[in-house]
Amino acid sequence: MPDTVLFYVFSAVAVGASLLVIGQRNPMYSIMLLIASFGALSALYIQLDAPFVAMAQIIVYAGAIMVLFLFVVMLLNAPREDAAQWDRTHPLRHPGVTRFGAMLAVLLTVQLVWALLRVTDASAAVGERGDVAELTSVRTVGRVLFTDYMFAFEATSVLILVAMVGAVLLAAREEQR
Amino acid sequence: MIPLGHYLIVSAILFAVGTAGVFLRRNLITILLSIEIMLNAVNLSFVAFGRSQGTVDGQIITFFVMTVAAAEAAVGLAIVIALFRHRESLNPDAFTSLKW
Amino acid sequence: MDQATLRFVIQLGIIGLTFFMLINASAALVLAERKIMGFMQQRYGPYLVGPHGILQPLADIVKLLFKEELRPKGADKWLFTLAPIISVTAAFAAFAPVPWGAETTFGGLLDTPVKLGVADVNVAVMVVFAITSMGVYGIVLAGWSSNSKYSLLGGLRSSAQMISYELAYATALASVIMLAGSLSLREVVDAQDGFWFGFIPRWYVFLQPIGFLIYAIAGVAETNRAPFDFPEAEQELVAGYNTEYSSVRFALFPQAEYINMTTMAAVATDLYLGGWHGIPILDRWGLGWLWFLAKVGFILFAYIWIRWTVPRYRYDQLMQFGWKWLFPAAVLNLIATAAFILYFNA
Repeated sequence: MPDTVLFYVFSAVAVGASLLVIGQRNPMYSIMLLIASFGALSALYIQLDAPFVAMAQIIVYAGAIMVLFLFVVMLLNAPREDAAQWDRTHPLRHPGVTRFGAMLAVLLTVQLVWALLRVTDASAAVGERGDVAELTSVRTVGRVLFTDYMFAFEATSVLILVAMVGAVLLAAREEQR
Repeated sequence: MIPLGHYLIVSAILFAVGTAGVFLRRNLITILLSIEIMLNAVNLSFVAFGRSQGTVDGQIITFFVMTVAAAEAAVGLAIVIALFRHRESLNPDAFTSLKW
Repeated sequence: MDQATLRFVIQLGIIGLTFFMLINASAALVLAERKIMGFMQQRYGPYLVGPHGILQPLADIVKLLFKEELRPKGADKWLFTLAPIISVTAAFAAFAPVPWGAETTFGGLLDTPVKLGVADVNVAVMVVFAITSMGVYGIVLAGWSSNSKYSLLGGLRSSAQMISYELAYATALASVIMLAGSLSLREVVDAQDGFWFGFIPRWYVFLQPIGFLIYAIAGVAETNRAPFDFPEAEQELVAGYNTEYSSVRFALFPQAEYINMTTMAAVATDLYLGGWHGIPILDRWGLGWLWFLAKVGFILFAYIWIRWTVPRYRYDQLMQFGWKWLFPAAVLNLIATAAFILYFNA
């Protein structure tokens, strides 16, 4: 019973915070709300017996990627009035189009839910199969990661290197000659 | 015990919210944030499915998704910075020079 | 009272005691810093309030509480108040997974022993790291929401420094975790039980001296202390991230800093100095937490000692040191530890 209540609370926080993220005019508020959403998702991962992923979510997403976003927003210091002015005159911000877009989003949700619920036995309770002690142990994660998924692991390390080099090159100022 | 379907519904809603954000918002940073929401929704699906199968594979795929999201956020933000230097605007409609 | 309720009450009591001790630790550190600084500078330090200045922190807190609560006109209303809240919440929460004593039945009061510590998580090291990396937001948001040039610069520099030293910090942690084979802090402490040759305790500081040094330096830089406090020292020259703060909101920032120091010291004690192990008599009587307190106290004294002995780094020197020297050293330490473990376990 407390498990179910916690699930609903954290899901509500995650979904509510995400909805507020896309509705905010100020990108700083969006980022802080998204951090709240990530925290709620991390709690859901803990409920799913994945403590390592939950902590990695906070360390990587909320602790690193969001700080990157925050730095960019602060350093660019884009004036908010600019966005508002574009917002008012842009055709996509016309109420009719926005409502149609929101309706399409709801339609997408319905389709996704329908598809996902037909994929497998969706009424089976999560957490019945599998040994909890083994699943929550980091040792198991490490073992499977470095044996079955070895190639993907090495490939992502190359990916990160490429991303680092690319980010530095793209954001570098052009040399004034 | 919570049925698998509940986790999938939450994941679907988050994904749709992220998609709506990408299409309806006119601010590059918010668009990138919405992409992160979508990636997180997918992560939740992976972990839920992995748990329902009783294996650890769902968690491991999540690591790869997180790594790719980090790399993509870094490069995406570098592009945003470079674009901002040209037009002093974060609105994607300011960059229309290739439009015919 | 039946066992279950008694256990619940005792666990609540342990949580309350930990929280109480943390708050008192920050107050005591305020006094300790000024007294030790005074003695190192051949003067008495605070002397007037209470016998030998013991009540000085009380006077400081009362003064801060009675100051006027200011908020600059252009400051962001929500973020300005949220920043110190994030700082201090992250500081307190980071201490939660840290165990500070062995299991005890309180002299037979309980049937099954209860662990002395707020929570025993099997990924405790990662939880501490995750929550301390959330503490960066307090500083960044404080700098940004103050709507002042100098606050913003101070906040950005401070948070960039914290993020840079998190790398070396995490890598040094990883080396110790490899030795212990578990991410749970309680298991790492229990792996340091016992003695070599009967008199050298099995602490990891003897197996990982360089790792301990790297961890200590990164820990000092993470808490924006001692020789790495250029973003704060800017206050003496220009300003820092907490320029525009006053009264209670301001008081939360140094409190968060002292509690971060305490958490770093406690985690260093658990990981490298054997936690509460080391004196068999205390272990047998369940008083290991006294020895734990002594070790944490020593590390905090070392923090204060370093601050008032060594001149501070300039900001670019600080960043260069973190990226070009400390992080490669930590990686080499990790590789050497891995090789060492493989060789001795093959």
